[in-house]
Amino acid sequence: MTAVVYALAGIVGLIVGAVGVSGMLGVGLAWRCPALLPLGGVSLVLDPLAGFFLALVGFASVPASLDGLGRARRERRGRLAYLLFVAAMALVPLAANALTFLLAWELMSLASYVLVVQGGQARESIRAAWVYAVMTHAGLACLLAGMLLLGAWTGSFDVGAWRAAASALAPSARDLAWALLALGFAVKAGVIPLHVWLPLAHPAAPSHVSALMSGVMIKLGVYGLVRVSLDWLGEGPAWWGAAILLAGAVSAVVGVLSAIVDRDLKRVLAFSSIENAGIILIGLGAGVLYQAAGLPALAVLGVTAALYHALNHAAFKTLLFLGAGAVVHATGTRDMDALGGLIKRMPWTAACFLTGAAGIAALPPLNGFVSEWLTFQALLQNLLIEQPAVNLVFALGIAALALTGGLTVACFVRAFGITFLAVPRREAAARAHDPETPSRLAMAMLALSCLALGVGATAVAPAIARVGSHLVGTPTALPLGDAFTLKVSGEFASLSMPVVAAALILAALGVLAGLAAIGGRGRVRRYETWSCGRMLQTPRMEYTATAFANPFKRVFDFFYRPVEQIDITTHPASRLFVQRIEYANPTRSLFDDWLYRPLLDAVHRGARVVRRLQSGSANLYLAYILLALLALLVFA
Amino acid sequence: MIADILIAVVQLALVGLGAPLLTGIVRTLKARLVGRRGPNPWQPYADLRKLLGKDRVVSATTSWIFAVTPVVLAATMLASALIVPLVISRPVLGFAGNVIVLMYLFLIGTFFLALAGLDAGSAFGGMGGSREVAVAALAEPTIIVAVFALAMRAGTINLGGVVERLGADPQMALTPGHLLAFAAFFIVMIAETGRLPVDNPATHLELTMIHEAMVLEYSGPDLALVEWAASMKLFLFMALLANLFFPWGVPTEPSRAALARGGIVLAGKLLALATILAVIETQIAKLRLFRVPELLAGSFALALLSVTSRFLLR
Repeated sequence: MTAVVYALAGIVGLIVGAVGVSGMLGVGLAWRCPALLPLGGVSLVLDPLAGFFLALVGFASVPASLDGLGRARRERRGRLAYLLFVAAMALVPLAANALTFLLAWELMSLASYVLVVQGGQARESIRAAWVYAVMTHAGLACLLAGMLLLGAWTGSFDVGAWRAAASALAPSARDLAWALLALGFAVKAGVIPLHVWLPLAHPAAPSHVSALMSGVMIKLGVYGLVRVSLDWLGEGPAWWGAAILLAGAVSAVVGVLSAIVDRDLKRVLAFSSIENAGIILIGLGAGVLYQAAGLPALAVLGVTAALYHALNHAAFKTLLFLGAGAVVHATGTRDMDALGGLIKRMPWTAACFLTGAAGIAALPPLNGFVSEWLTFQALLQNLLIEQPAVNLVFALGIAALALTGGLTVACFVRAFGITFLAVPRREAAARAHDPETPSRLAMAMLALSCLALGVGATAVAPAIARVGSHLVGTPTALPLGDAFTLKVSGEFASLSMPVVAAALILAALGVLAGLAAIGGRGRVRRYETWSCGRMLQTPRMEYTATAFANPFKRVFDFFYRPVEQIDITTHPASRLFVQRIEYANPTRSLFDDWLYRPLLDAVHRGARVVRRLQSGSANLYLAYILLALLALLVFA
Repeated sequence: MIADILIAVVQLALVGLGAPLLTGIVRTLKARLVGRRGPNPWQPYADLRKLLGKDRVVSATTSWIFAVTPVVLAATMLASALIVPLVISRPVLGFAGNVIVLMYLFLIGTFFLALAGLDAGSAFGGMGGSREVAVAALAEPTIIVAVFALAMRAGTINLGGVVERLGADPQMALTPGHLLAFAAFFIVMIAETGRLPVDNPATHLELTMIHEAMVLEYSGPDLALVEWAASMKLFLFMALLANLFFPWGVPTEPSRAALARGGIVLAGKLLALATILAVIETQIAKLRLFRVPELLAGSFALALLSVTSRFLLR
């Protein structure tokens, strides 16, 4: 039964992907059924942008379902919620009126909530799911308010009507609607500082669900941001773009900084999703800024870079979460400092995880590099906008993206190196083994697609650019070079991924051939690792994830605010006999301390004040009702 | 086509065969500057030959990552050699990439080398890897912002385009913004290639080293590849600095005479840069590891100033 449900989810994914690709190619569909729901009924419209995100849902849900199929015999909980989750995610991009959209959105949130509650350790899951529910509904409240306002101002709940009426709205009204909707979508996209739910909820869910939550669901937040900033509300002012770009820059840097010090493998991946959402938003923000400045070709470039990165992130983050899931299943722990040496015990998982790590670290010729390169190209041409303030925003975006790129390399060297290399640090890691065939197949598929999306950039980028052109409303397609070379803005920049890949492979073969010609690499003598002449080399001497992160903790101590806790237990007879040393070096969250703690305290204080109204006396409550009625009559 | 192959061969030969000499020259110059006789500039070749003839001692803890890393490292440098304008403004694969591609090709090497450091399971390798990626990560913003400063002036970030545009207008290389970007990139070069004051290529004191700690487990031909790749990285970075920021005399047409002239001009520029590097390395003590970020932050400030000077002088 469980297997059937996952197979069904996989088939749904295939169909959704096929519909999405046809939508990207220009097939338009519209389906309306007024009888099903009040306020305009169900309305579904397929346009290129919806097609792109549908393709994304399909692309990631096929391997995730395959992975679920692999564990079907062991884990049966949450199968229906999973199916519902996939279906709801496929409905969101299609929804073309407020009610349909909100229903699909809420269905997606609730299904994922159920999946988070049911995952893994009970206490952790319940807390994670609670924070997730609160944050996602705060976001939903913003969306609801924004859509109701738009409905009241334009007289319709249909997005087509919003599009037509948006330019006639007062600028302040449009700004308010944008701010509310963008805030609602930003919660889902994990934008800092609205991200608190993400590092809790994503690791708590089972891994194939985490894969979809990180790979696809947060992209639907991005989808919403694209819609409100470029489509539903018409062409926006420059500050929308600047806000998106800066929010993206902060999310990217803070996301990767948080990822780099975390010991929990799945939380590292979750924080890195925040970072990647940030990178996507940097591209999108650049697109919106160019659109506001009347440079549609560059706006298309920015949007293309953002969407390309969304697709790439779906590929490698799904892959990495499936890999992490295999590790967690094989060892029973997510703590990197307990792992190690898995490359010899789980060769498949290690090879696939390494591909994903290299992809996310943007190493050519894999896919992450292409989209980061495109984002850089979109940012680097900002001098065409002659406003120093805007140029400064772009310069910040450039610096943030570059810093993020470097830190991501460090983060994934650490994630892969500590987890998979050297010798196991605990017994559980020593007995690990690769997962079942379906899971291996799912990872291999995704690893290959990472390579294909990188080397085949000249085929993918123009297809995405068409979606961008349609969205921005430019009649002609963006010229992006020929079959081998990606060219941006004529002679501004060019990149040929097949040639880079071929050059790397040929150079490696050349080096090997050269070595063979001068007598090979010499005989190999296997020996133990050099240990300064000590007799013993134990796993305790390995570098740990905590140690690896230390330079970053010191350099960015204003952000991490690390606390040193050393607890030394000595023998009662003498202080000189140390029995135990406990050392911890936790970091403190800026956002918890400075934003959420004060906010929650204020809510508690407010609740205490309001409690005085609650006496329990029915007579008093009747008096309240009377007063409220009178007040309404007077003011209305 | 034949001209392209000729250029490719010349560039590969220059980088592959010339890089150890450049390293040797810097060493000799440093020795002379502090009053020692120092080794012969050709010494690195003898070292490589010696290493290539030896057996490899490989830790039983390591995996295939450790085995492929030296080859990957050398391959990324050789591939870069076809992209960087050395003796001509548009080398064979110049169209395939720009500065960003080049930096990420170098990052492939950093990525694998740091993993190889972790692979042996000793604390030194991990320490070196962790420090190396930290320095690389902090150098990245400077590189890209300096590139942005160049792109603003040249209207392109394709290496060939930058070289030709700036080569056509030699005055531009002396504007304050350009010199600031050069200074920023120079500091990054020092950090990325593991020179003083960031890292000491001559040290073997475990607690202070970065690059040497990472490659501690390599021996024999593997070590030869790693050392060769490190010298190629220094060569490529210096050539990039020379031809990108001072593109005087870089030929744009592929003829034999032009290639020969380009080679001589490049040799002169490299010698000048090697002298500057040697002087700096003899004058400055190594920075404490946790002071390095301040140096890199300084270089980032220079790059940002270079960019803003353009806004202000527009």
